[in-house]
Amino acid sequence: MYRLTGVTKRYTRGKETVEALRGIDLTIEDGDQLVIQGPTGGGKSTLLQMIGGLDRPTEGSVELDGVDLARISEAKLTRLRAEKVGIIFQSFNLIPTLTAQENVETALVPLGVKPAERRERAAEALASVGLGDRLRHAPAELSGGQQQRVAIARALVKKPKVLLADEPTGNLDEGTRDDIMGLLEGLWHEYGLTFVMVTHDSSIARRAPRLAIIKAGRLTLTEQGGQFAPAAQQQPYGEQQFGDQGYGGQQDGDQQQYARYGNQGY
Amino acid sequence: MFGIYLKRELGRRKKAALVIALGLALGIALVITVNSVSAGMTQAQDKVLKSLYGLGTDMTVTKAQAAPTSGSSGGPRFNFDAKSSSSSTQSSDRVNTQGGQALASSLVTKVAAQKGVSSAVGALTLNVTKVDGSFTQGKAQSSTSGSSQQGGPGGGNSGSTGQPQVQGGGASFDVNSYSVAGIDVSNQDLGPLATSKITSGKTFTSAQTNSKVAVVSKSYAKEKKYKVGSTFKISGTKFTVIGIATPDSSESTTDVFVPLKQAQTLGDSKNKVTTIYVKATDSQQISTVKSTIQKNISGTTVTTSADLASTVSGSLSTASDLATSVGKWLSVAVLVAAFLVAALLTSSAVSRRVREFGTLKALGWPSRKVTRQVVGESMVNGLIGGALGIALGLAAAYTVTVISPKLTAQLGSTGGGGGAGGGPGGGGPGRQSTASTMEIALSAPVSLTTIALAVGLAVTGGLIAGAMGGWRASRMRPADALRSVS
Repeated sequence: MYRLTGVTKRYTRGKETVEALRGIDLTIEDGDQLVIQGPTGGGKSTLLQMIGGLDRPTEGSVELDGVDLARISEAKLTRLRAEKVGIIFQSFNLIPTLTAQENVETALVPLGVKPAERRERAAEALASVGLGDRLRHAPAELSGGQQQRVAIARALVKKPKVLLADEPTGNLDEGTRDDIMGLLEGLWHEYGLTFVMVTHDSSIARRAPRLAIIKAGRLTLTEQGGQFAPAAQQQPYGEQQFGDQGYGGQQDGDQQQYARYGNQGY
Repeated sequence: MFGIYLKRELGRRKKAALVIALGLALGIALVITVNSVSAGMTQAQDKVLKSLYGLGTDMTVTKAQAAPTSGSSGGPRFNFDAKSSSSSTQSSDRVNTQGGQALASSLVTKVAAQKGVSSAVGALTLNVTKVDGSFTQGKAQSSTSGSSQQGGPGGGNSGSTGQPQVQGGGASFDVNSYSVAGIDVSNQDLGPLATSKITSGKTFTSAQTNSKVAVVSKSYAKEKKYKVGSTFKISGTKFTVIGIATPDSSESTTDVFVPLKQAQTLGDSKNKVTTIYVKATDSQQISTVKSTIQKNISGTTVTTSADLASTVSGSLSTASDLATSVGKWLSVAVLVAAFLVAALLTSSAVSRRVREFGTLKALGWPSRKVTRQVVGESMVNGLIGGALGIALGLAAAYTVTVISPKLTAQLGSTGGGGGAGGGPGGGGPGRQSTASTMEIALSAPVSLTTIALAVGLAVTGGLIAGAMGGWRASRMRPADALRSVS
C-alpha cells in the first residue's frame, strides 16, 4: 500500500524555483487502479516519479508497504525499483540495439537471474503479450504498438507489485491505443497489480475507478466507482469518446498477433 | 547481457568507435615507432662505443698526457745519413706510446681490486711511424772552377756568388704510420681485441706472452698483403702473423695486436700500460665504480660509455636527439590529443544516451552496472585502437629496418680507449686521427616492453574515456528515462 503524506517537490532552475507538487496526500491500496490526469506541466509525471521511486520529494514522505522511499538509501531504492516496480513509458524506451527478448531481459538483470532463466522468462512474457514470434526482432523492426507490448512485457516479466504507466498510449493511434489498453487491463486483472497511470486521454480517464486530477501541483481525487475491466461489456474507447465513428473498429497489424489479451471490445 | 549489449552498441556506433580507435591507434603507433627507433639509436651508439671500447668493457682508466717539457720537441726524431748514391734506401721506425701518459702495470691489479670491479686488463697502445726512403747528397759546383764538392746534408744553397754551389741533393721518402696494441694474452675477453673476430689463423694463447707473434687487422693485412705466417718488422723486431682479425664494426683504430710484454719492449715502456679496460660487476653501478676508482687511484681519468656517448656527434647524434626530444614529445602530444578526443566522444555518446541509461536505472540497474557498461565499451574501443596501433607501429618499425637509413657518427676522440687522444705520434698520417667518422645502418627493433607499453596505453586510453563517460552515466537520474527528448 502506498501512503503519500505532504509530498512537495521543488525544482530550481537558475534563480527560479518551480513547485511541481504542493503537499500531496494520497493513499493507494494494493490492487487499486488510479489514473492521474491534468494539464501539461501540472505535475502528473512528477507524482509518478515519486510513486515509482525515480525521484525523491523535497518534503513529505512516500511510503510503500511502510518503507519511506524518500529516506532509504540509493542502493535500497534501486533494489526496490528492480523488485517491485514495473514502468511503462510513453516513448516505449526500448534499447534500440537489443532484440525484443533482450530488452525484456534487461528487467531481470538487476535481480541476478541466470541467463538461461532470463531468456525463458522473457520469451514467456513476450508470448503473453502476443509477440511470441517476434523475439529476435529489433525495436526498429516492430510497429509502435508492438514496441509498447515489448515494454509491457519488460515491466511485467519480474512480476512486480506495482505497475506504473506514463501515457502508455500517447504515441499510438487510436486503434492501437484500444488494443494496448485492453492488454493492460487484462494483465491488471490477472496479476492483481496496483496500477497507476498518467494519461491525457479523457476516454481512458473516464473509465478509471479513481481519478486524480493534478493542476499546478495540487491534487483532487475523484472516486468514479468504475473499473477498467472486465470490459467486454464496455464500448471501445473511441466509440465512447467519439460516438459511432468507427474508431474502435480499426486495428493495426499487431492487433492480429496477440493471443491472450486481444481486442475484447475496446 | 554485458557482452551482448556491448557488442551491439559498438556495432551501432561504428563510425564513432572507429574515430576513437583510430585516434588511439595513431598515438600508440607513434609511441611504438619512436621507441623502436630510439632503441635502434641506442644500439647504433652502443655499436660505436663498443668499437672504441671493446665488448663487455664498462669503462676505461687512462692518464692524461702531461704537458711537453721545455726543450723537448714532442715529436719523433729520425736520423738519416745522406748517401752519395740515390739507389740506397734507408728505413727508420719510431715507436711512441699513444693514448695518454703511461700507467704502471701494477695499477691494473689495484683497479681490479676495487669494489664493484669484475675484471680489469691493461693494454699498451703504440703508434709506429715508419719512414722509408733515399737521401742523396747534393754536389757542390763552382761556376769558375767547375770542380764539385760535397755539399752539406739537405742540399742547401750557399747563395754566395762565385762560391761553390750545392746542387742535386735531396730526399725521397714515404711516411707510414700504424697503431700497435699490446694486449693481455691471458685475458682477451676485455680489451682492444675483444671487438674483433679472428677470421683467419688463430688468436694468442696465454703461453705466448714472450712470443714475437702478432694478430693484424683485416684491412691492414690487405694493405700490406700479410697472411697467416707472414713476417714483418717493428722497429727492427721481427714478428710472425698468427691471425687476421675482423672488427665487429667498420671502425677500428688498431692495426696490429701483439702480446703486451712485446709492446712494452717495443715502446720502451716496461711494466707500463696506457689504458686499463674495466668491467663492472653490475652495469647499473658504473657511475659508483667510476667514483671509487677516481677516489682511490688519483691522477687517472675514468671514462664510461656515457662519457664517450657525449663525444659522439654527426647524424647519429642528431637523429638520436630528435628521437628522444621531438619524437617523444610528438608522441606524447598525439597520445594526449587521442585520449582527449576519445574521452570527449565517449562523453558525448553518453549524453546522447541519457534516456537509455535513465531507463536502465529506472528498471533497477545500479549505477555501477551502467558505468561498467560504458567503461567496457570504451575499453574495447581502446583495445581495438591498441591492436591497430601495434599493427601500424610494427609496420613503421619494419619499414625503418628494411630501409636501414645510414647514419654517421663523428667520434670526438679515439685512440685505444677514449683517453686524451693521440699521444706525441697522434695526428700523423693515415688512420690515427683524433676524430673519425663511422657509418651505421639504423634499425628499429620492437621489444616486448614496447608492445606491453602500447597495450598499457590502449587500456589507459580506454579507461580515461570510459571514466569520463562512466562518470556522466553514473550521474544520470532514473527520472531521466521520462524525458521526452532522445
